[in-house]
Amino acid sequence: MNDQADRPVYMDHAATTFMKPEVLAAMAPYFSQYFGNPSSLYRFSGEPRKGVDAARRQVAAALGANPEEIYFCAGGSEADNWAIKGVALANRKRGDHIITSAIEHHAVLHTCEWLKRQGFLVTYLPVDEFGRVDPGSVEEAITDRTTLVSVMTANNEIGTIQPVAEIGRVAHDHGALFHTDAVQAVGAVPIDVDAMNIDLLSLSGHKFYGPKGTGALYVRRGTRLENLVHGGGQERGRRAGTENVPGIVGLGRAIELATADIEGHNRRIAAMRDRLIRGVLGSIPDARLNGHPTERLANNANFSFRYVEGESILLLLDAQGICASTGSACSSGSLEPSHVLLATGLSHEEAHGSLRLTLGDANTEDDVDYVLSVLPDVIGRLRRISPLTPPGAGVREVD
Amino acid sequence: MYTERVIAEFTNPENVGEMADADGVGEVGSPTCGDIMKIYLKVEGDRIADVRFQTFGCAAAIASSSMATRMIRGMTLAEAWSLSNGDVVESLGGLPPAKVHCSVLASDAIRAAINDWRTRQGLPPWDAGSRGCCGEAEPENG
Repeated sequence: MNDQADRPVYMDHAATTFMKPEVLAAMAPYFSQYFGNPSSLYRFSGEPRKGVDAARRQVAAALGANPEEIYFCAGGSEADNWAIKGVALANRKRGDHIITSAIEHHAVLHTCEWLKRQGFLVTYLPVDEFGRVDPGSVEEAITDRTTLVSVMTANNEIGTIQPVAEIGRVAHDHGALFHTDAVQAVGAVPIDVDAMNIDLLSLSGHKFYGPKGTGALYVRRGTRLENLVHGGGQERGRRAGTENVPGIVGLGRAIELATADIEGHNRRIAAMRDRLIRGVLGSIPDARLNGHPTERLANNANFSFRYVEGESILLLLDAQGICASTGSACSSGSLEPSHVLLATGLSHEEAHGSLRLTLGDANTEDDVDYVLSVLPDVIGRLRRISPLTPPGAGVREVD
Repeated sequence: MYTERVIAEFTNPENVGEMADADGVGEVGSPTCGDIMKIYLKVEGDRIADVRFQTFGCAAAIASSSMATRMIRGMTLAEAWSLSNGDVVESLGGLPPAKVHCSVLASDAIRAAINDWRTRQGLPPWDAGSRGCCGEAEPENG
């Protein structure tokens, strides 16, 4: 056990992030001091109302949108559900076909499966070996019955960034709407909804150092969309229910911080990521990098290690104080490994042997060094147990 | 998710490795399922004198292999044959429901190794029943 095991080396920022102190400070007054219901008319509710309005402006500014195009909700999955069901149902008379990709988050894929059961047609676009959707494949799949194209901005598992502007243009050329799940992208990929031809965009607060249980859906003005929650007039009647005021305020502050200097943030994080990738591939034989070599999120490193299984890797890393993630089925309780890794053409064995390390703002070069000092031994230990390991395919000796 | 017993067995497994001069070898599972278990037996008389395993799989699979091999060392072949996956699960202090199939794999691998030994001795294999990989089979209990 290393002395660093006392302080976990957290490299699972794609799962969730810690909340920044500035965000917590911004939220704090809205729990007990400014607790009024924003819908109430008295002056006492002025502060909570102003807090929600300011957050709406902060989110809009981060996306190049107008504040009245931002709808707050409880997270990325809710925003994805709303966008896809909302567009499909509101435009059903015009068409019944939805196009998405094979590597979407389950919040998108399972929503599309539900719509299929309601009688909609769904096309799942394939991806190349790096996890990229070809905009040309959208062109081939789209018909006059297509009402919605939904392709994520960046993938949560392998970090691959999609050519969303081109995909959005194809959708618009054929009169379809374009939705993108930007849950992993906000703060890492500069977003401009106009330049990127985006009609609807999902985001989630806890992926960029904001509070859990907060999210937003951007909806371009004039977009036909069914309302999500029926009730009071909150969120202009589209998503009823008293606002999560502290959460919304925190989301606004978090997105402002996350998008203030995306380029500088990416430069710092990507330098650590690249050293991590070089170190891992240089010290562990029969390892590969999953995802795109260049068009990938600055914080994402995803590897496959032959002959070993991901959950075992994860638990041995955990014993050494490292938090990571895997696309192996054994970690999820299902029998199928990651649909994303399989879609990129990996074998089941390679998908089972995957490890995702996602860096964040609190990581240091020391953390990278620590992971590089622990991981080769972890893989080596499991390979010595595995019947698949060919003789001599352990771990290179490193000094 | 896992009991301390499972984590301890997984992080410090016993009886790991190949056995070049094994008297019986059993291998079950497949890379597609994410679990492969291989059991090597050294048999003296009708007793298991030594046992080794190699496993590709999750913590539950490795812990089950280690526990099962520790349990059958010194047993007669008949006793080892009747070791159920439930016995392995119990010795591990329990497994999450989604992981019970890993213990089935361990008892299956032992039976496959015993039948390999029997075949090599010119004896008819015992009826192992039909159990598949990927938890298709109904676990006996646990």
